[in-house]
Amino acid sequence: MSSFFQKQQQVAALDPRLGGLMASAGLYNLKALIKAIRSCKTLADERSLIQKESAAIRTAFKDEDPFSRHNNIAKLLYIHMLGYPAHFGQIECLKLVATPRFTDKRLGYLGIMLLLDENTEVLTLVTNGLKNDMNHSNMYVVGLALCTFANIASEEMSRDLCNEIEKLMGSSNTYIRRKAAICAMRIVRKVPDLLDHFSDRTKQLLSDKNHGVLLCAVTLAIEICKADEEALSEYRKAVPLLVRHLKALVTTGYSPEHDVSGITDPFLQVKILRLLRILGKDHPQASEAMNDILAQVATNTEASKNVGNAILYETVLTVLEIEAENGLRVMAINILGKFLGNRDNNIRYVALNTLNKVVAMDTNAVQRHRNIILDCLRDGDISIRRRALELSYALINESNVRVLTRELLSFLEVADNEFKLGMTTQICLAAEKFAPNKRWHIDTVLRVLKLAGNYVREEVLSAFVRLVAHTPELQAYTVQKLFSALHADFSQESLTLAAVWVIGEFGEVLLQGGNFEDEELVREVQAKDVVDLLSSVLDSPYVNEHIRQFVLTALAKLCTRFQNDPAQQARIEQLLTKFDQSIEVEIQQRAVEYVNLLRRKDIRDGVLESMPPPEIRQTVLGTVSESKPVGSTRSDKDSLLDLMGDEMPSGTNAQASPLNGGGAARVQQSTHDLLADIFGASDSLASSTPAGIQATPAASKAKSSVNDILGLFGDSGSSPAPSSTAAPVSNNSSSFGGLDLLGGDAVPPPPLVGAAAATASPSSAQPPSTTQAPGAKAHTAYEKNGLLITLTPTVNPARPDITNVTARFTATGSSEIRSINFQAAVPKSQKLQMQAISKPDVAPGSTETQAMRVMAPNGAQIRLRLRISYAIGEAVQAIQDQVDWSQPTA
Amino acid sequence: MIRFILVQNRQGKSRLSKFYVPYDDDEKVRLKGEVHRLIAPRDQKYQSNFVEYRNYKVVYRRYAGLFFCVCVDANDNELAYLEAIHLFVEVLDAFFGNVCELDLVFNFYKVYAILDEVFLAGEIEETSKSAVLSRLDYLEKLD
Repeated sequence: MSSFFQKQQQVAALDPRLGGLMASAGLYNLKALIKAIRSCKTLADERSLIQKESAAIRTAFKDEDPFSRHNNIAKLLYIHMLGYPAHFGQIECLKLVATPRFTDKRLGYLGIMLLLDENTEVLTLVTNGLKNDMNHSNMYVVGLALCTFANIASEEMSRDLCNEIEKLMGSSNTYIRRKAAICAMRIVRKVPDLLDHFSDRTKQLLSDKNHGVLLCAVTLAIEICKADEEALSEYRKAVPLLVRHLKALVTTGYSPEHDVSGITDPFLQVKILRLLRILGKDHPQASEAMNDILAQVATNTEASKNVGNAILYETVLTVLEIEAENGLRVMAINILGKFLGNRDNNIRYVALNTLNKVVAMDTNAVQRHRNIILDCLRDGDISIRRRALELSYALINESNVRVLTRELLSFLEVADNEFKLGMTTQICLAAEKFAPNKRWHIDTVLRVLKLAGNYVREEVLSAFVRLVAHTPELQAYTVQKLFSALHADFSQESLTLAAVWVIGEFGEVLLQGGNFEDEELVREVQAKDVVDLLSSVLDSPYVNEHIRQFVLTALAKLCTRFQNDPAQQARIEQLLTKFDQSIEVEIQQRAVEYVNLLRRKDIRDGVLESMPPPEIRQTVLGTVSESKPVGSTRSDKDSLLDLMGDEMPSGTNAQASPLNGGGAARVQQSTHDLLADIFGASDSLASSTPAGIQATPAASKAKSSVNDILGLFGDSGSSPAPSSTAAPVSNNSSSFGGLDLLGGDAVPPPPLVGAAAATASPSSAQPPSTTQAPGAKAHTAYEKNGLLITLTPTVNPARPDITNVTARFTATGSSEIRSINFQAAVPKSQKLQMQAISKPDVAPGSTETQAMRVMAPNGAQIRLRLRISYAIGEAVQAIQDQVDWSQPTA
Repeated sequence: MIRFILVQNRQGKSRLSKFYVPYDDDEKVRLKGEVHRLIAPRDQKYQSNFVEYRNYKVVYRRYAGLFFCVCVDANDNELAYLEAIHLFVEVLDAFFGNVCELDLVFNFYKVYAILDEVFLAGEIEETSKSAVLSRLDYLEKLD
């Protein structure tokens, strides 16, 4: 072809007239065009030159000049390669193909391959030309046609030329055979229905002596096996043949023609291994037949060069996918382990990538290479770091969570920022799933917040807050840690948010916590220090609207936490007032509202109470409360169980004790603070009464509340009767009965939880008394100071999820009980509606009622925390008390 | 299978582009740009020769100022394709005799012919250097 250009150039040089003519139709030839384009100084020059040239070529096409066609197409293809439009040359390429000259045909087919693809309409015009050329006597012309077909054949073309291809697969010429095999592969890809045409020929070709043909035949077989299940079982018969081929390749010495750095035809080996993989998958017999050769390849292939590793890698993939022997599998994973130690980045990358796939199947085998994988976290190549990171997430389990998390945390310090978000999430999830204890869990998340507080997902943050709320025994520890962490660093947003929230929520715990060590420095936190810290957060350069919102809320809460420090309360109010002009609407609104709320002394304490521990949710994958120590004894995930503190590790009792004091102290303070007491009391509950813990699993066995009630009925031996005194009860079909006026012995007063423990077991239900009405059983919930409270749960069979509970207040003593204030709380999973008490003053001997509706998920046991305040007789001092009550099981 | 093969210089100019799956012209231009931006800044010494790209992998190798890139399926054997690139370059080198970028520019149609002898329909077709070269020599004579 080049000689043709040279001649043309010579002609142009010889004949100035002709040269001038040609110049007017653009540049002389391809070489001149390339030179001209290369000498363009700017892109604009290049563009204008190419536009001019394209226009000239277009005109030449229009003139139907057969002599310049070759030259013009060559130029056009160069223009096309530079990314300029060249579609107008498509038809000219077809014309070029139709000429008898080989040079023209060659360029024409090149043009077709470059300018057309299987979706181009013009392609249908090529079919006939291809058919003719496939029957051409010159093998190179046939080769050109096959090559073009293989690269661009459409579905239609595949159907049309299927027979030609089949015939050519049987050609005596290796050059034609191998190209035809690839064409057949193209047809199978495009139209799988046609694969039957090639089945026999393919099997013949699989025993071909020529490497090139064999390679193409294996490629074709792979495609056929992928496309058709039936053919796959047919080709399984070829396994021994393939094994022989592979053996020959592995064992033959140097063969110069196909040698690649000492290995004979690695490409063919890789392809055969790939076909074996498809054949051996889910087929023990076929796998059995290839076990030996795979072992042989794995041991005999030299791993010092990339070629050898390519084969080893393919072998590993095959071993892992077929039903290989165990020893072979271990060998495969060990090869990957060896890859990890390789100095070549590519090999390490491939190994990590494969291990990532394997880890789900065989974690233990991969665990053995944990240390090398962790070393890869410090690799220079970011994609290797990424792979290693993914792999180390997958390796975390209960037994190694401490070690791996420590490694990951130390990597987090130096990790690329793009990894941090994923890492914080994964570390926190792993901590949540596998934490050996809560202390460790909290420490881990704290460390994460400190190291990468700007890359933490909101879910992770809220999971942490939930964790703290549900871990009363560690609240003092956590709040102190967060306090000192925030003191040290304002720049980590999530740390700031978590710290501000926790300090706001548990401010009093922080103050009561007394001294704590902060970096070998013993400090004591005063209310002033806390407010100082929060106000400096507001002044820090890292503050944003989100943080400001948190700080304002925390300040408002702290105002109620620091009851006995009016100076700080005033300061908080002053701080809040500063923001009532804020341009951020949300901030302004909060500031104004909080300031006004704080002035309403009557309600503010109630509103700004401690939050009830939020419902436990799955963060992303695991649950927050999947706590290990007591996990086995629990049959349900009722959040109340956590609330009751049943999962407190015994070792933390000592830690919790100051908290208990705090809780108890608050009971005596006359706050109308039901939920706070729930927190406080739950500490003492867990630490002091094992009975409370034991009662829970037993109680949680209840199948449904309906059954409970039925059981109750059976117990009392009476049938439900419509209620006659159910006036305050909203549900008129409810039945209730037994008033237990006399009650039994008083429940021991000071450890309030004792009551819960006692009432939780059915035996504590009092024997039927004189006024026992037919129907549901009444349970004594409280009896002290001449006040007896019984609870009678009834269920409407139509709505088993709703339980009506009637509370009866009876003055058993001689004096009147006045201003009864009866409050109840249920766990988060349940809902409570309360109606007013029929009369807050109970005369001696008489009974008042109060109705409640509890909506509990089917089968859940009803649990109430009750808080009662009342006065006896003429006494001014109100008595406050609190008990836990849970519906006994039948 | 190979989806496309690109040979680009360090400035991102394509010296060869072969697509085995249909893309429209705009898409081709975009692919070339994206692959170049993906590969050019990578460190030769400390980074692997594989990059994930869309749902595929680009296996590339740099020879002097030229990047040879093949885009392959995600589950293909990267190491083998790396070797295949080398085979192709060796054939080019033997054919042109110490190949340089300008050889590829001025003889781009020959480069395509060589490519078609080594890769076909996205698969490796012939792995014997001598077989390819003798075939090409004969074709040269036909011109």
